[in-house]
This record gives sequence, structure tokens and C-alpha cells, in this order.
Amino acid sequence: MTKKLHIACKINGQPAEFLAEPRNSLLEALRDEVKLTGAKEGCNNGNCGACNVILDGRLVNSCLVMAAEVEGKSITTIEGVATKDGLHPLQQCFLEGAALQCGICTPGFIVAAKALLEKNPHPTEHDARHFLAGNLCRCTGYDKIIRAVLEAAGK
Amino acid sequence: MKDITYAAPKTIAEATGLLNDKGDRARILAGGTDIIVQVREGRRDIDALVDVKHIAEVNELTCDAKGLVIGAAVPCCVIYENKAIAKAYPGLMDAVTLIGGIQIQSRASLGGNLCNASPAADSIPVLIALEGTCEIAGPKGNRSVPVEQFCTAPGKTVLGRGEFLVRFRFPPPKPHSGAAYLRFIPRNEMDIAVVGAGVAVQLDGSKCKSARIALAAVAPTPLLVADAGAALVGTTLDDAAIAKAAAIAQAAAKPISDMRGDADYRRHLVGVLVKRSLAIAIDRAKP
Ligand SMILES: Cc1cc2nc3c(=O)[nH]c(=O)nc-3n(C[C@H](O)[C@H](O)[C@H](O)COP(=O)(O)OP(=O)(O)OC[C@H]3O[C@@H](n4cnc5c(N)ncnc54)[C@H](O)[C@@H]3O)c2cc1C
Ligand code: FES
Ligand code: FES
Repeated sequence: MTKKLHIACKINGQPAEFLAEPRNSLLEALRDEVKLTGAKEGCNNGNCGACNVILDGRLVNSCLVMAAEVEGKSITTIEGVATKDGLHPLQQCFLEGAALQCGICTPGFIVAAKALLEKNPHPTEHDARHFLAGNLCRCTGYDKIIRAVLEAAGK
Repeated sequence: MKDITYAAPKTIAEATGLLNDKGDRARILAGGTDIIVQVREGRRDIDALVDVKHIAEVNELTCDAKGLVIGAAVPCCVIYENKAIAKAYPGLMDAVTLIGGIQIQSRASLGGNLCNASPAADSIPVLIALEGTCEIAGPKGNRSVPVEQFCTAPGKTVLGRGEFLVRFRFPPPKPHSGAAYLRFIPRNEMDIAVVGAGVAVQLDGSKCKSARIALAAVAPTPLLVADAGAALVGTTLDDAAIAKAAAIAQAAAKPISDMRGDADYRRHLVGVLVKRSLAIAIDRAKP
């Protein structure tokens, strides 16, 4: 096996270090090494968005980023969305609007929606649906999710 | 994923050296949206990924009076957020805004789209229509190849051992010119083109001065149909002239039948998309 790499980066605002094999994805490193299991593996091929994280300000699929690539970079995961004062408005609106059932897609949707609201604080329904087209949900259906995002944008 | 190594060279020379040593056991990593999936699923058997994103030249992006230079690894989102490019090259915007979803656009590069050499790749027809050239670096020096000559078969390119794509160059937009890309997919987002058409036209008063028409997903490689563009030159771009160009493009298309559509359906779509994309390009070309 190829020697493990030592990676230093910032995760959810805090300096972080971990070891990863060159073949590991960022998703694998986050879940198995850093033990942040909020990002989910849905498809492992870029189609579902369950693994979404924000990498240097950009929404990415962490299954399509190599762990070795994040040296020196800054990552926000679902674990970094709530603050010590409580849930993020998106999280609150997902809960109140019942915008989840099994919850596997939820971390990805919330991270993606956070990236949307950072770029566009007052999205139209069309904006939200377009931005979230790379996130799949197999149980809730998209209407409740979109409504929760638009509701959170109003807060 | 199988065991591999990862290298992140900082200079072109370092990268060509590494690629030359490893030959086809190494592949470049740009945005990773094709290569990571292919290696993970065992569709590309390699030993090493060479991440080129630390090389300054592949991150270049300039749009000025001399034209447009796009580094091979610049992601789609950086291209479409650039106001000067959006204004001067709306046809290119059509392509970079429809590749994947937001997450893919954060990473996917035009270099990756071209070097992956999928016949259905969305950016290639418009790169051809805009007369793009590819600047290639290699162990024996640099060379340039027009985009339409870059792909040689599905998944294959002109790149030789140790070579990689550094950047694209496009001439400045000609006066009264316009370009457009349209693809047909069964849904609005996140799918592979059944057919794609990228076109560019230049007007001289009411007449067409020059035109280029390129197609995706109708042949083993993206296709420049030079005759279709030539048929428009000197015409007033009336319905009959456009119908003739579309018919030439349909005749040049050699589509296969697969789950996305059979050959006849694809040939029909070529006609529809060439007409529609020309209408958009002509509109953009008008003063
Ligand atoms: C969910 C999803 C949706 C997608 N949707 C679309 C779509 O709508 N339209 C579309 O066209 N594609 C789509 N793709 C495919 C892919 O995103 C694009 O082809 C993308 O442009 C590839 O760029 P990349 O930078 O990620 O390439 P990479 O994966 O990094 O590289 C692709 C290939 O090119 C080689 N390569 C990369 N850069 C260079 C270079 N500079 N020199 C030499 N070789 C190089 C690599 O070794 C590899 O073989 C999609 C992919 C996914 C996962
Ligand atoms: S697990 Fe990454 S996109 Fe589905
Ligand atoms: S809640 Fe189950 S996949 Fe969305």
C-alpha cells in the first residue's frame, strides 16, 4: 500500500490534520479519519449531492475530490452549519417543514442550500430548484425541501 | 479505489517529466469529475494521478483585445462568473453553465471535458465553433492543435507520451458575430447530451460572412461540419439557407443507436438543434 499522506487544512473554521491514503476521497477521509460522518455516501459518483461540502467557498461533491487535494484548504461540512446559539435557520426550517424522511440526503441539501444563500440571499423558487438540481432525494420529494429553503431565506 | 499515488507538480516541466516517466500508467487530475469516477469504477486502470492545479499556466484566465485564454484546469464556475467573458463569448456561456450541476461546475474544467474525449462532451462543439486552439506541452516542447483535431476516438486524443493540455486560445470575437450551444436531453439538467450543436456566425450587413457548425454525440468524436458552415456564406441566412445547412449537418452525422436515442432520432435532432442554435447565434450577431 502506498504511504499515507499527512494533510493539514481547516475544517469548520478549526485547523485540522489527518492521514489519508492517496486513493482516498475527501468524503472517505472526512468520515473515516476525521470522524465527521455528517456528509453521506449516496452514489459515490457525483450524482446525488449527499456528500456535499463547501471547499474554499465552492460547493463540491466530496466523493469527487481527492483527500490529498485539500492540503491548505478550508472546508465546511454539515457539522459546521449550526452555531453555539443553535440551529441554522435552514436546519430549523427543514425540521419545521418536515423536509426530510430518512435524512440521508439532508446534510447535502442543507450544505448546498447554505452555499446558495451565501451567494444569493433571496433566491426565487426557480433559482433554488436550479441550484439544488445536483441533490437527489428519494423519499421526501422536492416541494417541502424547496419550501424550507425559501422559508429560511426569508429569515 | 485501487491503490494509486498522487503528485502535484508546480511547473510544466515537472509535470511533463512525471507524465513521461509513467506513460499511460498516469492520468492528469483536473476537476476530477470524470477521472475519479473512472478510476474508482475500474474503467481506467492507472497507477498515478498527476494534479495539475498547482501549475500557474493551467489556471490562467484572460479576456482582452487579443482574445481569450483559458487555462486547461479553470473550472466552469470561474469562467461563467467572469463578466468580460460572459459579454464577449455568450456561446461559451451556454456550454459552461449546463455542464452538470453547481457542484460539478465548481470543479469541472474545459481541459478535462476535452481530454476525456467523450463524443457527447458539451463544451467541445462550441470550442470548435469559436475556433479554439489547444496549447500542448510535452517533453520535446510545445505544440498547438485546433480543437476539432484533438479527439481521435472515444476516450482518445492526440496527446502523446508525456504531453498534456496547458491552455486554450480563442481569437477575439469578430465584429457582428455570435455563437450558441444547444443540447437535447430528456430533462432540464444533469444528463448526457443525446445530440449537441455548437455554431458561430459572422454577419456582413444582411449577409453571412462566415459560419462554423459543430456537433456532439453523433460520431466517435466531436464533429466540425465545415460544409454546413460554408453553405451559409454569402446567403442572407433565410430559412432556405438554414434548412440547407441543417441538411448537410444531418448527412455528416454518423450517429449510433443506444439507450439515449436511435440513429434516426439523433439525425432528426441534428436538424432541429442546428436550426435553433443558428437562430440564437444570428440574433447575438445582430448589431
Ligand atoms: C454528475 C455529473 C454530471 C456531469 N454532467 C456533464 C454534462 O452535463 N456535460 C458534460 O459534457 N460533462 C458532464 N460531466 C462530465 C465531466 O464533469 C466533464 O467532462 C468535465 O468537464 C471534466 O472535467 P474535469 O476537470 O473534472 O476533468 P478530470 O476528471 O480531472 O479529467 C478528465 C480526463 O481528462 C484528462 N485531463 C484533464 N485535464 C487534462 C489536461 N490538462 N491535459 C491532459 N489530460 C487532461 C484526465 O486525465 C481525465 O482522463 C458530468 C459528470 C458528473 C459526475
Ligand atoms: S456520494 Fe457524492 S454525489 Fe453522491
Ligand atoms: S429524505 Fe430520504 S433521501 Fe431525502
